[in-house]
Amino acid sequence: MAGFAAPTGVAPPPGAHHRTPGLLAWIILSPLVLWLLLFVVAPTLMLTAVSFAERDALGRIVWNFSLQNYFRAFDWVWLKILFQSLYYAFLTTVICMAVGYPAAYCIGRAPERWRGILLMLVMVPFWTSFLIRTYAWITILSKEGIVNSQMISAGIFTEPISLLYSPFAIVLGLVYNFLPFMILPIYTSVEKLDNAMIEAAYDLGAGPLRAFSQVIIPLTRPGIAAGAMLVFVPSIAMFAITTLMGGGTNPMIGEVIFKQFTSGRNQPFGAALGTILLLVFILTLWLARSQRVKEE
Amino acid sequence: MAFLYIPIALLVVFSFNSARLNIRWEGFSTKWYEALLSNHVLLGAFQNSLIVASATTVLSTLLGTLGAWMLYRYRFPFQGALGLLIFIPMVMPEVLMGVSLLVLFVQLLNIPLGFTTMIIAHTTFCFPFVLVAVQARLQGLDPSQEEAAMDLGATPFQAFRKVVLPYLMPAIISGALMSFTLSLDEYIVSVFTTGSQSQTLPLKVYGMAKVGLNPQLNALSAIFIAATFTFALAVHFFGKKKNL
Repeated sequence: MAGFAAPTGVAPPPGAHHRTPGLLAWIILSPLVLWLLLFVVAPTLMLTAVSFAERDALGRIVWNFSLQNYFRAFDWVWLKILFQSLYYAFLTTVICMAVGYPAAYCIGRAPERWRGILLMLVMVPFWTSFLIRTYAWITILSKEGIVNSQMISAGIFTEPISLLYSPFAIVLGLVYNFLPFMILPIYTSVEKLDNAMIEAAYDLGAGPLRAFSQVIIPLTRPGIAAGAMLVFVPSIAMFAITTLMGGGTNPMIGEVIFKQFTSGRNQPFGAALGTILLLVFILTLWLARSQRVKEE
Repeated sequence: MAFLYIPIALLVVFSFNSARLNIRWEGFSTKWYEALLSNHVLLGAFQNSLIVASATTVLSTLLGTLGAWMLYRYRFPFQGALGLLIFIPMVMPEVLMGVSLLVLFVQLLNIPLGFTTMIIAHTTFCFPFVLVAVQARLQGLDPSQEEAAMDLGATPFQAFRKVVLPYLMPAIISGALMSFTLSLDEYIVSVFTTGSQSQTLPLKVYGMAKVGLNPQLNALSAIFIAATFTFALAVHFFGKKKNL
């Protein structure tokens, strides 16, 4: 659900009758402002501050300025994990696009009375807990799971093979969870498609392939871009699904940060990795935004 | 569509399997549901989840509704920066939100981890959804309605309560429902901000799913799936009735 409103952002509503706020208005607004300062701004600053600190033998934070955590973070071991997380997120985005685009297109071009129901059918599994959806795949893929038991009784496998705890399982889990994020924005674009434009392409002699690649795809670009962002960004840092499906064999950046704060007992180093991830995240959003501005 | 539904359908079917593992069908049984209903750990965790989600919903709805109304009604300095800050928790990766709040609670505020910290953390990522929903509905509000109420002698507070609030109700309710479900389902932010006394359902379920297959978990999942479908159908029919 997170961020369907994200591409539009929080713009001040036009046409409102704006007035200069009085004292009372400030008092009513103050909880919101305080909340944002205390629980959005302050934590981010604290995280950055801790990333420059050191720790003692017991894992407690010692406030000595040091760049040591960053030197360590740029070691190949950790960079590899970051790149791998980005790679899996990218793969997830591409697969979601390949699966989600046709689905969104069919729903968007379906007769109008069917659209609502079809869209609902896509969304309902998504309303159940993400843990349940991930667990469903565990019951299918694990050694004692459905696929293995069917394959063995059919005589195809002689012994159970581990389908779980593999890169395939990780990406499958991510795709299954984030697919609706891709379908929804593309559907919105497809629904707005002007039939006349497509007919014009055919009248001018374009084949179905050409009409699709040169008319339909460019017209639904905003939806594709929004979907890609909504899948890519949360996939980078997601670690609950990847740990359950990957079994810790391929740790993602989110899981590494989590471990530093819990069992690893190196909070400053975890904070440094977190700050780097924060920069990656800001950079991604900024690139997406400048791309959008350029198109407009 | 099959890709979306087969996994959860299998989960529901196998929750009635009397065999311990999903290897083969060994007859219909409701014994896993019975075991689930006497599982005090899970029931306690569910109760904790309800406490956190209810408190989060109340706080988020208040913050989000009043915030949206104030930002619509008046022109505050730094309004653009405020809009950006509201937008951040909706898109920020949960891990970053979790760690940064953990550091804040432990290092700066010295609050022991538990229900309080969890409710604060959940409210932080839930209330922007209420705010955005209310803000979207405010764009369709006719300003003259509120003015008319004031011309007829209503105080600004009365005008808000009698005219604006009823108009905003659908958005407030959908925002509140969203907060409740987001909070109920949150794992990553919770794992950083929880204490030993405030273990919620997703934290327990994650622990169980990590170990492997568990027939009680099948039963629990089936109950949640059934509840989701019932809710979806209710929304569908309720929505239809309103259109008539």
